[in-house]
Amino acid sequence: MTRELLKGNVAIAEAAVRAGLDAYFGYPITPQTELLEYLSQRMTDLGRVFLQAESEVAAINMVYGAAATGARVMTSSSSPGFSLMQEGMSYIAGSELPCVIVDVMRGGPGLGNIHPSQGDYFQVTRSAGHGDFHPIVLAPATVQEAVDFVTLAFDLADQYRHMVLIAADGQVGQMMEPAELPPMRDRNRPEPDYALTGAAGRERRVVHSLHMQADEEEAFNLKLQKKLKQIKKTEQRSIEYFTEDAELLVIGYGTAGRIAYTAVEAARERGIKVGLLRPQTLWPFPVQRISELADRASGCLVVEMNAGQMLEDVRLAIGGQIPVKFYGRMGGVVPMPDEILTAIEENYSRLQILV
Amino acid sequence: MVDMVMAPPEMQVVYDYPDSLTDTPTSYCPGCTHGIAHRLVAEVLDELGLREQTVLVSPVGCSVFIYQYFNLDACVAPHGRAPAMATGIKRMLPNHIVFTYQGDGDLVSIGAAEILHAAARGEKITTIFINNAIYGMTGGQMAPTSLPGQKTTSSPTGRDIVSTGNPIRMSEVIAQLDGAAYIVRRSLHDVASIRKAKKAILTAFKVQMAGLGFSMVELLSSCPTNWGIAPETALEWIEQNMLPYYPVGDFKVRDDVKAL
Repeated sequence: MTRELLKGNVAIAEAAVRAGLDAYFGYPITPQTELLEYLSQRMTDLGRVFLQAESEVAAINMVYGAAATGARVMTSSSSPGFSLMQEGMSYIAGSELPCVIVDVMRGGPGLGNIHPSQGDYFQVTRSAGHGDFHPIVLAPATVQEAVDFVTLAFDLADQYRHMVLIAADGQVGQMMEPAELPPMRDRNRPEPDYALTGAAGRERRVVHSLHMQADEEEAFNLKLQKKLKQIKKTEQRSIEYFTEDAELLVIGYGTAGRIAYTAVEAARERGIKVGLLRPQTLWPFPVQRISELADRASGCLVVEMNAGQMLEDVRLAIGGQIPVKFYGRMGGVVPMPDEILTAIEENYSRLQILV
Repeated sequence: MVDMVMAPPEMQVVYDYPDSLTDTPTSYCPGCTHGIAHRLVAEVLDELGLREQTVLVSPVGCSVFIYQYFNLDACVAPHGRAPAMATGIKRMLPNHIVFTYQGDGDLVSIGAAEILHAAARGEKITTIFINNAIYGMTGGQMAPTSLPGQKTTSSPTGRDIVSTGNPIRMSEVIAQLDGAAYIVRRSLHDVASIRKAKKAILTAFKVQMAGLGFSMVELLSSCPTNWGIAPETALEWIEQNMLPYYPVGDFKVRDDVKAL
């Protein structure tokens, strides 16, 4: 296989095609539109289903319908459009259907702007629709990782009958990098036992999220929570750099994590004992590994492109063992490595005083 | 007692549950015409031999439990989104029959965008549209199809069209769209009308079988409970109040449908 120069959005789209995408439904919104544009031609050429919906509300419900037939389905959007999909996402969670949803995050709140942001962290990890559930959330930092996560997303979705979000920021969606695409997968697979295909020669099937009796709804919720608990146990993913002897632990995901890496590398050259943990799953959050590293470090610095959202998860994971500080930029401003390096130096010197 | 209800061997069963219905007591109020609409659709599916290749999309409203009453593969869409969900299903299963069953709040209000665009795309699905001019499940609030002056729990002095706007004649609106192949309105207030309604439902499903585009049958229906009148009076109310505002008729029968 050879590496190709690919734009993030296009790479995600082609990776989905190769992962066995049967159908895509979406609506244009910057900075994810190239994903939809690319698939409009590619899916049609392959004789697969592509449809530009009248809204994100309709798109997610088309996903819901197609997923109910047992298909591998995806949609994509960016923050304001992602907000509109929350209703359908809740129903999909309540029906335990697999699907993949890409959120190429932009500045907000409101219309905000079209610059890269991580302002949807709470939304993707917590409130992806009403009711008690969390989607699985993957956060790529490079185009290659975005490609790899697409295949992983479809596999996790099928494995758990659950929705998987790819939370990419506008930077990941828009930048071009060399990446290696996976080979084309065979789309043939056995019909899932929930698939609506017409009740020919079998009992009829119903896909729904409605349980009128409180005890029945609770029983469903307990079943769902059991599944989420299993996911929490087995699917935490993160990647580490220079953490072996780190006194200061930096934590950042996606583009912020990638810029933090440059800053951490520069700090190491200056003799600062700093390491980086980059969460690859935002839900389940890699609490286990963060907790282990916090045992060895004296302080933690969280870097995000928002007002400090993952910060809350880090504090929960660390549980007050060491001080947790924050550096973030908002509104579509991408931090420069120098800014993060300064924050590292300040926090590190504070730790030296404490020691 | 058992002997008395069993038919003697020489007699034939001439009226029974259609295969497309389950033997489940419905949640509908006495005098509600949902049951009639269900039966008509089920009879048509049986007659066309479609039961095993059909997927039903339930709405939100009184008929949210329709998936329990139809002996079909089925799903329940969010409020108003049935045409979008049906689109997702039909695109994956182009040779299957997919239909939505939606009330006036679901189809004309919250789901106006979804039904218009499904029709505009010529989505090869069928919609059974129950218009009873009120929100039934939530207890009788004003619907987008409530008549001028109609008293509801959210228009207690009667619908004031100056502040709430005018009722929407959705069949006439959808008939304007090129993707719509067959758009008609029928009524369920008397036997003759019910017979005509069944004929229209049969045509609507034949349109889908032939892949001609979007088909919809609007059915004027009663809601005695929330109208606050007796079942029999409710049927008269359809005739006297709804028919003048919502005339039955064929609003779109494309030439290729006429040729069926």
